[in-house]
Amino acid sequence: MTDAPLLEVRNLTRRYKLPRQSLLRRSPVLTALEGAGFSLRAGETLGVVGESGSGKSTLARLIMAFERPDAGEVLFNGSDLHALSSEELRGLRRGFQMVFQDPFGSLNPRRRIGWSIAEPLRANGEETQVTYRVAEALEQVGLHPADAGKYPHEFSGGQRQRIAIARAIITKPALLVADEAVSALDVSVQAQILNLLMDLQDDLGLGMVFISHDLAVVASICDRVLVLQHGKTLESGPAADVLRAPEHPYTKTLLKAAGAHT
Amino acid sequence: MRRLPANFLLGAVLVSIVVGIAALSLIWTPHDPQTMSISTKFAPPSATHWLGTDQLGRDVVAQLMAAARNSMTVALVAVLLGGSIGVALGLLASALGGWVEDGVMRLADLGFAFPALLFAIMLAAVFGPSLTNAVLAISFINIPIFARVTRASANQIWTRDYVAAARAAGRGRFAISRDHILPNIAAAIIVQATIEFAVAILAEAALSYLGLGAQPPASSWGRMLSEAQTLMYLAPQLAIYPGLCIVTAVLGFGLLGDGLRDITDPRLVRAR
Repeated sequence: MTDAPLLEVRNLTRRYKLPRQSLLRRSPVLTALEGAGFSLRAGETLGVVGESGSGKSTLARLIMAFERPDAGEVLFNGSDLHALSSEELRGLRRGFQMVFQDPFGSLNPRRRIGWSIAEPLRANGEETQVTYRVAEALEQVGLHPADAGKYPHEFSGGQRQRIAIARAIITKPALLVADEAVSALDVSVQAQILNLLMDLQDDLGLGMVFISHDLAVVASICDRVLVLQHGKTLESGPAADVLRAPEHPYTKTLLKAAGAHT
Repeated sequence: MRRLPANFLLGAVLVSIVVGIAALSLIWTPHDPQTMSISTKFAPPSATHWLGTDQLGRDVVAQLMAAARNSMTVALVAVLLGGSIGVALGLLASALGGWVEDGVMRLADLGFAFPALLFAIMLAAVFGPSLTNAVLAISFINIPIFARVTRASANQIWTRDYVAAARAAGRGRFAISRDHILPNIAAAIIVQATIEFAVAILAEAALSYLGLGAQPPASSWGRMLSEAQTLMYLAPQLAIYPGLCIVTAVLGFGLLGDGLRDITDPRLVRAR
């Protein structure tokens, strides 16, 4: 394994224009993320923690290159995603995939799940052995290959999240971004999905950015932690250090909240 | 199984009757709708002429049936043509965003601001009155309507996570429009198409009434109305029959469209 980071985020800033309050004034600007930076090596997990509106999901969208930052860079295996042409970017996308929060919104209700899982393959022109690879991905996430013919509404939330994970790993990516991937699930199902993610990480050597508002969940699976509030980075470092001796009062509050229900 | 809304059922019945009669006219009418017989003009309803004959002795039932077929054909072609162009523009606007979206929507506003009848009269003035020009005019007014509905619905679908997942997979905007957006907004488009079908029937009748649509000897409810107008005191029934046909067809498609909307949009049903 090389020392070069899999993912390097430098000084990432994103501002949104809000609706105009008055005809004569300029529209106010919300700074959703300001100067965020970290690096992640293959096989590592970075936890990103913060409350609603802290910029966690903005960070995820910028890493996935769904939108452009106002400043800063996202380097994936050394290439700046936001400096590439859209063709070059599409070619790299198979290397980094995402698992979404809402398992009911992340699958097209009108397509069989086999179709949805195979979508990244078709997008990259890999038309061979699609059925076999879909079956393989379904087995990797603990579902049955025959499930490929069913529609999303035939599954529970936890099963749907497994399907979403199968879609994310079918191209054998190097990086997985999980945005609140277990927050919408029951506690017992949460544990199953977390275990699945960790097993897959071991098997595939995935680097993972795990975004959550729940510090307890982050503490259980992450190597390093980044704490965000109002778009600013309050704290970052090895999970053990941040959680044992938090420097910022906000982190202490989050820790207390996490302790309260675990 | 939930009970179907009353407006949907009534609309479905009326539409079935009108479409059924139009289809029947393809293979059978009681008489030839164009055959004149001056000796039997203004005949009262009888076993041979169920609703009587008009001022030229033509069978009214046969004319109404042939007119139903013409009316359905005009509405179908106009909605399909205008609808396809409008849906394509709406999808394009939604997929590309930015100045393309702004441009398409401002063009749609312009189309809305332009009265359909005026456009038809303009076409008739330039190319001469004909059924084809009437179809083109009705298609044209449908384009901005469908473009707006499509763009509004498509913009909602673009924010869904499964679209984000498709982007993450590396799929392009047009592939996403085809595989994810269109199937999920199809219901809204079908509802709109049904309602626009009613509007198109009315527009065809209006244009033919003004002499800008179906030309003689082709049958048309609108032209039957305008011909009957001069005979209002002599034979009022000649104006009533085509009028009733127009009402039935427009009401039927309008109710069917409303009913479909109620079925496909559960929020509206609960609000009632």
